[in-house]
Amino acid sequence: MADHAVVVDDEAVDLSRRRFLTRATIATGAVGAAFAAVPFIESWQPSERARAQGEPVQVDLTKVEPGQMVTPVWRKQPIYVVRRTPDMVARIAGHDADLKDPQSKDSTQPPYALNPQRSRTPEFLVLVGICTHLGCLPKQRFSAAELYPSWPGGFFCPCHGSRFDLAGRVFDGSPASINLRVPPYSYPKPTTLLVGADEKGSA
Amino acid sequence: MALKSASGVPATLPADAPVGRRLWAWINRRLPVNAFIETQMTGYYAPKNFNIWYFFGSIALVVLVLQLLTGIFLTMFYQVGEKTSFDSVEYVMREVNYGWLIRYLHSTGASAFFIVVYLHMFRAFLYGSYKKPRELLWLFGMAVYLALMAEAFMGYVLPWGNMSFWGAQVIVNLFGTIPGIGPGLVEWIRGDYGIADATLNRFFALHVALLPLALLLLVVLHLVALHESGSNNPDGIEIHDKVGADGKPLDGIPFHPYYSVKDIVGIAVFFVLFAIVVFFVPTLGGLFLEAPNFEPANPLSTPEHIAPVWYFTPFYAILRAVPDQRMGALLMLLAVVSFLFVPWLDRSPVRSMRYRGWMSRTALALFALSFVMLGYLGLQPAEGLYVVLARVFAVIYFAFFWLMPIYTKLDPVKPVPERVVYHAH
Repeated sequence: MADHAVVVDDEAVDLSRRRFLTRATIATGAVGAAFAAVPFIESWQPSERARAQGEPVQVDLTKVEPGQMVTPVWRKQPIYVVRRTPDMVARIAGHDADLKDPQSKDSTQPPYALNPQRSRTPEFLVLVGICTHLGCLPKQRFSAAELYPSWPGGFFCPCHGSRFDLAGRVFDGSPASINLRVPPYSYPKPTTLLVGADEKGSA
Repeated sequence: MALKSASGVPATLPADAPVGRRLWAWINRRLPVNAFIETQMTGYYAPKNFNIWYFFGSIALVVLVLQLLTGIFLTMFYQVGEKTSFDSVEYVMREVNYGWLIRYLHSTGASAFFIVVYLHMFRAFLYGSYKKPRELLWLFGMAVYLALMAEAFMGYVLPWGNMSFWGAQVIVNLFGTIPGIGPGLVEWIRGDYGIADATLNRFFALHVALLPLALLLLVVLHLVALHESGSNNPDGIEIHDKVGADGKPLDGIPFHPYYSVKDIVGIAVFFVLFAIVVFFVPTLGGLFLEAPNFEPANPLSTPEHIAPVWYFTPFYAILRAVPDQRMGALLMLLAVVSFLFVPWLDRSPVRSMRYRGWMSRTALALFALSFVMLGYLGLQPAEGLYVVLARVFAVIYFAFFWLMPIYTKLDPVKPVPERVVYHAH
């Protein structure tokens, strides 16, 4: 110490104050940076335009033949609307043991679709036509035994081989873990399907 | 008396010195160009026993420059947008002068980048180049590899072909398997309720601005770390442990001119092979550019068979081999992340395979085989025997990494020589 021309008295420098101020500055800066990041992160959320274009879509059910499927688009997702014949409805039952989630407990659907048919009425099945595995479009394989002798009819995803029954429930041995999603929907008139809105309002 | 500056250039020159020399001195007084060359090139000593495996680092650097150059020119003609992207790529291919060449250089360059990087990584496994004190060098290299994967994935989305669309759909949905935050995260990444214009635009921004900047920075850090610890060599011996009277490594030679000249030969050979692909087989039978990508993106039609480009297929095969979605995604992630732990998993006392025993050698051979086989299986449909094989090779793949602490310890190693093995030509 004595060698230095200017002697700094150790007593005079309160290092703990300096450390406190340094840490306070860093903490304030970090909080500021976190707030400043919000607009940038939020800019990635769907824009007002994307939200507006995601409004509910109507489907005229009189144009759907029994056993036929139509695929309207709601929120850029194909919606599978299947008019099931009584035979197709019957083929939903009887293979619960082969399903990953037969009661749809882990799957996504509105409360009115939480039944064995996964629909408001047994006749019309409404599903989001996107494989719950990684988002491919499952293909319709509605005929019994179309894939193999015990096949009860349903959907088959060509990408990774997930299989679903005629209520969109996933079979064991598929890479998908949950059933196909059921979107919110309602019937403003008996022959009109509205995808994306129900009694609770628009999704 | 002329004073020497730190850079070795006289700080003051006689007034009658040639203009060129005076200008050079003027610059070096202000920017250490000479000092940089002297410490990092002519004064950077690399082991004299490099073999063919040591070409790929410098070739990777050349490919990076090629990708930046061709990429900049492609952005001059490409119009990002779900209505314009596909058509503008066709415009580049058919109407822009030499547009086809610039685009094929870029698309072939992407695959070439991965070939070169995979060989570069195999070299590190072969000679233990990730071992102490080169752990950070390895980690920066892996960061380059991860950035490269993100760059390649987003680049593949930009032409907005049908495989672009469905590839993006599959990869983005992987984030949906994260418990809790998954679905919201996927919506945030896409910026819409499906892969859409918003997704395409942000991928473009990341592909042409953020990721290239990150890549350049990481490559610089990789090189700085390399020059700090010095290059490893096929014998895995530290050349700086044996220095001559002049303080230079006895087994080292200056990078420039010796290796810079040697690398030019390797780069020339690389460009011959590269040109053959670019001019004669630019799609390489669907491996470098897949057939469904010559159709515009169609959200209502999945291609019959979705496969990523070849450089991702080893990981894709692992994803599909698992009959559970969350586990599949997790194992795929682990397959990539496992590389990061290699410097600490390897407990062998020697670096190079030359002095390791049969266990390490067999393990590396099996790993290389499983990587290639998984790459092949990822291109095949996920059914029958293909899935069974993918599971077998996935097990070998993970065993290579996670049994490494055991077999590298039990491995009977040979004595390592004092000096590098070198035969003058």
